[in-house]
Amino acid sequence: MSAVTIVGPDVPAAPEAGRRIRGRWNPPLVAGLVLFGLIVAAALCAPLLTSQDPIKQNLADALLAPGAKGHLLGTDALGRDVLARLLYGARVDLRVGVLAVISPFIIGSLVGLIAGWFGGWVDAVIGRIVDMVIAFPFLVLVIALVFAMGPGTTSIYTAITLVGWVAYCRIVRGQVLVAKEQEYAMAARASGLPTWRILLRHLLPNVVLQAIVFSMSDIVLTLLAIVTLGFLGLGVPPPTPDWGTMIQEGQQFILTKWYISTIPGLAVVITGLALALIADGIVEKANR
Amino acid sequence: MKYLLYILKRLVSLIPVLLGISFIVFFLIRLIPGDPAATLLGSHATPQAISELRSQMGLDKPLLSQYVTFLGHLLQGNLGYSYVYSSSVMDLVTISLPVTIWLLVSGTVFTLLIAVPLAVLAAARRNGIADNIIRAVPVVGLGLPAFWLGIMLILIFGLKLGWFPVAGYGASLADHLRGMVLPGVTIALTLSPILIRSLRASMIDVLSSDYIVTANSKGISTARVVLGHALRNAAVSSVTVLGVNLAYLTGSTLVVERVFSLPGIGQQMINSILGRDFPTVQGITLVFAIMVVVVNLLTDVTHAALDPRVKLA
Amino acid sequence: MTPPLLEVRDLHVDIPMPHGRLHAVRGVSLSVGAAESVGLVGESGSGKSLTLRALLGLLPRPARIVSGTILIDGEDVTGLPAKRLKRRLTDTMSMVFQDSLTALNPVMRVGDQIAEAPLRKLGKSRSEAKAIAVDLMREVGIADPERRYELYPHQLSGGMRQRICIAIALSTKPRLILADEPTTALDVTIQAQVLGVLRRLKQEEHVGLLLVSHDLAVVSQTCSRLYVMYAGKVVESGDLLDLVTEPRHPYTFSLLRSVPDPDRRVARLLTIEGRPPDLSEAVTGCSFAPRCPFAEDACREREPEPVPAGPGRVSACRRIDTAERWTAMVSEEAVSQQ
Repeated sequence: MSAVTIVGPDVPAAPEAGRRIRGRWNPPLVAGLVLFGLIVAAALCAPLLTSQDPIKQNLADALLAPGAKGHLLGTDALGRDVLARLLYGARVDLRVGVLAVISPFIIGSLVGLIAGWFGGWVDAVIGRIVDMVIAFPFLVLVIALVFAMGPGTTSIYTAITLVGWVAYCRIVRGQVLVAKEQEYAMAARASGLPTWRILLRHLLPNVVLQAIVFSMSDIVLTLLAIVTLGFLGLGVPPPTPDWGTMIQEGQQFILTKWYISTIPGLAVVITGLALALIADGIVEKANR
Repeated sequence: MKYLLYILKRLVSLIPVLLGISFIVFFLIRLIPGDPAATLLGSHATPQAISELRSQMGLDKPLLSQYVTFLGHLLQGNLGYSYVYSSSVMDLVTISLPVTIWLLVSGTVFTLLIAVPLAVLAAARRNGIADNIIRAVPVVGLGLPAFWLGIMLILIFGLKLGWFPVAGYGASLADHLRGMVLPGVTIALTLSPILIRSLRASMIDVLSSDYIVTANSKGISTARVVLGHALRNAAVSSVTVLGVNLAYLTGSTLVVERVFSLPGIGQQMINSILGRDFPTVQGITLVFAIMVVVVNLLTDVTHAALDPRVKLA
Repeated sequence: MTPPLLEVRDLHVDIPMPHGRLHAVRGVSLSVGAAESVGLVGESGSGKSLTLRALLGLLPRPARIVSGTILIDGEDVTGLPAKRLKRRLTDTMSMVFQDSLTALNPVMRVGDQIAEAPLRKLGKSRSEAKAIAVDLMREVGIADPERRYELYPHQLSGGMRQRICIAIALSTKPRLILADEPTTALDVTIQAQVLGVLRRLKQEEHVGLLLVSHDLAVVSQTCSRLYVMYAGKVVESGDLLDLVTEPRHPYTFSLLRSVPDPDRRVARLLTIEGRPPDLSEAVTGCSFAPRCPFAEDACREREPEPVPAGPGRVSACRRIDTAERWTAMVSEEAVSQQ
């Protein structure tokens, strides 16, 4: 954001000095990476951080408040340790969240590349399919698909892929339409290289940045979808710990044991914040 | 007149999308492993009933003719029959849809009440303290699960403070309005961060444009310049953003209805899922998609009404 | 002697930059009498538009006035509280911009944009304001104003839009119109029509004009007096005719020469080489010296003071003595070309 664009043509260009000083890293990116790194580390080191079993029930120790002996964050209605469930739940939710973004990313980008490059009827057909899918609210279609395919992580991956690719497809297609007209693409075409090579080696690296930027906020949305599925009882089947399920289980005790729902909820918010900061940082870098 | 013609044209252009939606919903049931007829009837069905339904659905015929039959039913307003509720799906939808529409409307109203003043404030006092706080909100808000937010609002404003009902929808209009506050605010809080972000950006864009300088040069009040000239222009671009996100958030009504025990179509869908009631799930999925299409249509129509540059022809 | 309608003394405008600041207007002084047409010329980047905007308190962010005095009818208004200052400035002056498409609100009917000031500022009723707007549209030469009142900016041609902008400027009943390159975006025929409107306003309504332009041809069609700006300063001022025939500053001279003159076919002897100085750094000496063929060491070391250079004329050049030589050189060159 330089003063020049605001002032208009009547003012000489701003000196370029100081641009490089700001460097490659920006505060949101660093903060987001550090925070996300801590969360991932906590999930990976779960066995080191707690000796409790996240699945083992102990009805005698049910609904203990945080700070109780041996249970730093207390226990839930079935006497399971909340901290252990939180940490092991992070493993499940983060793994599913990240993996469930990869396949829509790849499929959507490739389809978008093809649609944008070939245009014509190929583009028209893909465009129609995209229109169909985006006519559904994301969550509703994912839930309906998970329901139809039955519970389990495979269903979740498949459902999110079937719905999620369209966003990447639209982004990449738009970028390709612009890139196609640029000189390097023309040159590559004129050189008689095989089409797949032009697409993957010359075009893709130039158009994929926007898709990567989007994928960062998409991880947040996917994580939310997974947690929501858990909350609705359609997520990772019990007794595997999952933040959404934990929030749902705590809802009935909300007045007396508010922390059972609040703690995993905060975990979602903080993870979302970390990813949102990373997304913000990448956008800022990309715009520079 | 021209405007009506435009609306009509937009309606016609919806036909392929609606066909596509019906196509996806039709195939939803084919994704289920096993015999669709058996799944549709649920676990307590007798073999005769299953084979009866098989021929009724035309499962022995080719897929295309099955789809044509399905489409024919849809055109007659027949969304299928729920064996779990012993009722037509259309009836279930008719009962619960008004609740969801209430929720969407109140969510939109609260979103506008929250987002517009904050975005205007942030843009007008750019880089000030308020702006910096407001700009941080979307980053925090992006990862906020609607259902958890709802639970927290229930805890604070429903149970601790007792200001609003924590569940249900009541019987009278006054009950409806009171009951819609917390759910509406929940939707608004998840939707407004995105809207604030885009509205602020377009306000800043608009405020630095030449016609604002022209307006200022007239010597009219700043409030008049901001509200009369800037906001209207910023609204033009933000209506589209609101529409896109409202379409996305139509999905969240499902979760919000669950949290606040509102008897809308989202709640109905979850109950049907838990009761393995396939026809109802299928029908409601279709209704949700139609709601999105309607929201998009309303967005375009509003946009055309706000912006004279949109070609109506 | 009556004080001039508008007088500006030693105006400085800065633009803060990430590292330092750009000193865009460096001590401009000028005055405009009642119903007088004055031109402010210079190449882009000379600070002429910023000067104009500063006069109405409409500087684009983050530019700001550092110092300077604005007098209206001889009264210093600079010290007034912000609200009253704005009121005083906008009551006296209004502005016409270069690009009429961006200067008009795209989602508001053009008529309503003209009627806004009468309605919101002059306290007229809705129907009165509309009648005023229609009259103004007729005055600036818009045929069928009742019908065009209802149109949106994008439905009008460029020339028509600029007339609307002039009507908006007139809607506050100003005594002086500030026009920032009002015809640059228009083609030549339309340009002449719009300038005609501005001239007529001066003659019939006694509305003064301060016209900013990089185009001497435009200014000479409209104005009787000129200020020439270079690198944020006024380098020369005087009556149009004197200034054009006998420039007293080498920059004015070169500016004149860069106007193609089809009658005389003068070679571009002094086509200006080089660029204006970088105003984010301190300028020592005459800012034009690096590009001036007559510059001597003194020019580069000390900043020249504005000195009288004939009746009603001021020039900030220490080498006025060489002025005859400039003209002679051009004539010679013209002869050798033929």
